[in-house]
Amino acid sequence: MAIATEIILIGGSAGSYTLIAELLENLPPTFEPAICIVLHRNKHYDTQIEKSLSRKLKRNIVSAIDKIEICKNYVYFAPAGYHLMVEPNFTFSLDGSEHINYSRPSIDVLFETAAQIYKKNCTAFLLSGANSDGAKGLRMVEDFGGKIVIQDPAQAAIRTMPLAGKRETLIPLVWKNSQIISFFSNLN
Amino acid sequence: MAGLKAVNIIEFQDLEDIIYLLQNISELDLSGYSKSSLKRRVERFLQVEKMDIVDLKNAIVNVKDFHNYFIQELVVNVTEMFRDPQFFNSLKKNVIPYLQTYPQIRIWSAGCSTGEEAYSTAIVLNESNILDRSFIYGTDISQRALDIARKGVYSLNKIKSYTENYLHTKPSLDFSSHYTAMYDAAIINKEYRNKVLFSTHNLVTDQAFNEFQLIMCRNVMIYFDKELQSRVLNLFYESLSLFGFLCLGSKESLYAHDIKNNFKVIDKQYNIYQKIK
Repeated sequence: MAIATEIILIGGSAGSYTLIAELLENLPPTFEPAICIVLHRNKHYDTQIEKSLSRKLKRNIVSAIDKIEICKNYVYFAPAGYHLMVEPNFTFSLDGSEHINYSRPSIDVLFETAAQIYKKNCTAFLLSGANSDGAKGLRMVEDFGGKIVIQDPAQAAIRTMPLAGKRETLIPLVWKNSQIISFFSNLN
Repeated sequence: MAGLKAVNIIEFQDLEDIIYLLQNISELDLSGYSKSSLKRRVERFLQVEKMDIVDLKNAIVNVKDFHNYFIQELVVNVTEMFRDPQFFNSLKKNVIPYLQTYPQIRIWSAGCSTGEEAYSTAIVLNESNILDRSFIYGTDISQRALDIARKGVYSLNKIKSYTENYLHTKPSLDFSSHYTAMYDAAIINKEYRNKVLFSTHNLVTDQAFNEFQLIMCRNVMIYFDKELQSRVLNLFYESLSLFGFLCLGSKESLYAHDIKNNFKVIDKQYNIYQKIK
């Protein structure tokens, strides 16, 4: 297992799960970057998303563990109830501090820490959701030279989050669902 | 506008400078803390205090006792009573029966913050009829958190969410029987407050101070890097009696540490371990 030199971040909340499942389904058999996902979910109902997707899709889809190395060809989910951060030595750390934007895990926290470590080798996607978590983080990815993509608000189940992302950033790519899925299917 | 960086961001090198300054002027050693988490805390501190990084460096060097204030603001003080209720169910099922065989039970709540976990444990001990022969030591690096812990007074808003957690532990009593509500706050019953001694202890630099049958340190080690985690686990190992129990947070495990060979896994999901050699 080799350390990933590129990272793809996905932040989503209400209404984003179907798209996330679909884009993971379309991944090629192997890929170079690490994919790291924050999906808002209730800490009381740890929904076993990673396990069921991993079984179904036969890929390395796991819950991120504190202090593990960030590896190529892996999909990591932030565990419910903890912020997920990227450390300078390309490991993850978990953090149980205050909620950010009423959320823990917060998309901003992952995006902001990953942006500063991976800089231009970071691509961040902000999908459907009912609050504005992730917008500031997206801006930081942009400021540090990364690539930022927002789900077309017209296609988002709930457009609050993509709209907040658009407001906060300078020149985001705004992609339709089909474009997002084809990006993931063309990864190598 | 293009290229405008967020104003509150500091460089990792600034963080290293601050760690170095603190090591020089005090006992505080933050070098083993997770860097990104610590950096965010420093940035938050600067924002709240309306300082920049130069102000902060100056204050650390020149203002007497500033570092004590700084560290209290820096550490994460987020905690709950009966956090992860299923953990407490496992504790009742797997650990308490063992503790019941001891004439005297010493427990260490390490990194106890504002005391919620120590009091939750006291309540479980009471439900199991062993509170009278138990004693809990709650320690933390933050004096201010410990002041709150000693008072045992929590807002009713918090009590409301603690009650929800408590209900998931299938309790035999009402949560309200453990505290007295006054206006918009509640004070934990004296029978519990008398059973906990709160004092400062720095897991990074201080040594073992007693021998315990149970050590709880949940959601503290995630703030440490792997090397410091190993050192702290060793301190816990030395502080446990043989067949004593170690409880870590639900995302903290012994898995990546050699010391796991001296422990038996009691609950894999909630990270309860027993010292077996």
